[in-house]
Amino acid sequence: MRLKANIMDAVQIDRALSRIAHEIVEKNAPERVALVGIRTRGVPLAKTLHAKIKEFEGVDVPLGNVDVTLYRDDLSEVAASPVVQATELGFELKGYHVVLVDDVLFTGRTVRAAMDVLMDFGRASTIQLAVLVDRGHRELPLRADYVGKNVPTSIREVIKVACADIDGEDSVSILEAEQAVR
Amino acid sequence: MNKGQVAKTEATREVDDRRGLVEFAANLTGIAELSKEQIELLLDTAEHFREVSQRPIKKVPALRGKTIVNLFFEPSTRTRTSFEIAGKRLSADVQSVSASTSSVVKGETLLDTARNIEAMAPDILVMRHKSAGAANFLARHCSAAVVNAGDGAHEHPTQALLDALTIRQAKGGFAGLRVAIIGDIAHSRVARSNILCLGKLGASVVIAGPPTLLPWRADALGAEVERDMNSALAGADVVMMLRVQVERGGNLNLPSTQEYFKLFGLTEERLARAGEDAVVLHPGPMNRGVEIASAVADGPRSLILDQVSNGLAVRMAVLFLLAGGSARNDESAA
Repeated sequence: MRLKANIMDAVQIDRALSRIAHEIVEKNAPERVALVGIRTRGVPLAKTLHAKIKEFEGVDVPLGNVDVTLYRDDLSEVAASPVVQATELGFELKGYHVVLVDDVLFTGRTVRAAMDVLMDFGRASTIQLAVLVDRGHRELPLRADYVGKNVPTSIREVIKVACADIDGEDSVSILEAEQAVR
Repeated sequence: MNKGQVAKTEATREVDDRRGLVEFAANLTGIAELSKEQIELLLDTAEHFREVSQRPIKKVPALRGKTIVNLFFEPSTRTRTSFEIAGKRLSADVQSVSASTSSVVKGETLLDTARNIEAMAPDILVMRHKSAGAANFLARHCSAAVVNAGDGAHEHPTQALLDALTIRQAKGGFAGLRVAIIGDIAHSRVARSNILCLGKLGASVVIAGPPTLLPWRADALGAEVERDMNSALAGADVVMMLRVQVERGGNLNLPSTQEYFKLFGLTEERLARAGEDAVVLHPGPMNRGVEIASAVADGPRSLILDQVSNGLAVRMAVLFLLAGGSARNDESAA
């Protein structure tokens, strides 16, 4: 896997997230918004959006995480054992516009799984989707409501999102595999 | 087109995690066959499965479409119920067969029973059997994943794993920990699996019990042996009491249960000899007043009910890792 290009740096990521935070509160009443990060890298992104909405609107919106491992449709296709992590939703979903947050939107299967998790926890008013990068190649009829950057990719490429909390820096880069990834 | 790679690449989160690369075993026949890394993966996975049982809808679709058959050739309420609920919370289809209702009473051999059930294409077989090695035998003859739910005096791996999870929650880890296992060690698959498991995780184990109920070569398993209960308890961080198998009657090699309680029963006075924060475990079902006093069993140091809820989480983790989470031989060959 070799590095092809860096497509976003920390400043660009921050600008994109600021815009998304504004878009979320433009579309929904801030006091009815809830943010849910999809593990792993959706979690720090949701945290940043939470801080920005608080800064812009003075509203402390509910914040949670979901782990979709148990809801995936490709469990037996993952070679090594996936690590199951906890789902933490400390609030009732009823009445909220729940914004799912993830780093990359690719096939859409992770988002489908995350929506199923939310359905099992309660009835949100709406479920919306915010992603930092939309790389295309959807396998399900899904689209994101808020997109940081659209990056047309070939199927040989991989989008790598790094988050300061987990990887020590904020960046988005594009890698190329030796062979097609599917 | 290799779909396995799609999943891995898309989910960078899994590839990045060091433990995400541990491959779990194809069967769970015993602790002896597991590596330390596999045990830790299992405990970490189980820790997160505890949360599923707290949800408003206590069910996740992870094993939808998988079939689990529980074969219980020995009586069991706790373990069988625990495996049944674990399978159901993961959305698997669970069928339990017990010895009294099976064709074993008609004289069918284990191999024939296994072949017949195998013909119905289950994904996981959970078995309890009175003969040591029965689970390994089944695993050799079946393509389904086999989980040992207790085989004779050999192993009871899920019990050792739930004990390890309970100890880890109470003590934070295993390094430098001293665990005393008291009672009928010789006939106990729980003791055997626990000695192996705790040894692999880095705790030291001391065993004590009546000489007639100690195995010939307990030191070969890696445990220290004490004849006297008080010396085994001294400085122990965890006290694990074993069940006196009252139903074994004549084979018990004990003069009386009263005398047993006097010499090896865990009372509050005896427990005071153990470490200040020592916790008490018992695999159940308890014989109150035989191996453990009610004051201890129901006391503040008892983790006996935590063991039961951890048992459910551990069994969910085992079923999940065997059915969905790891590459089975047939798939990697395809």
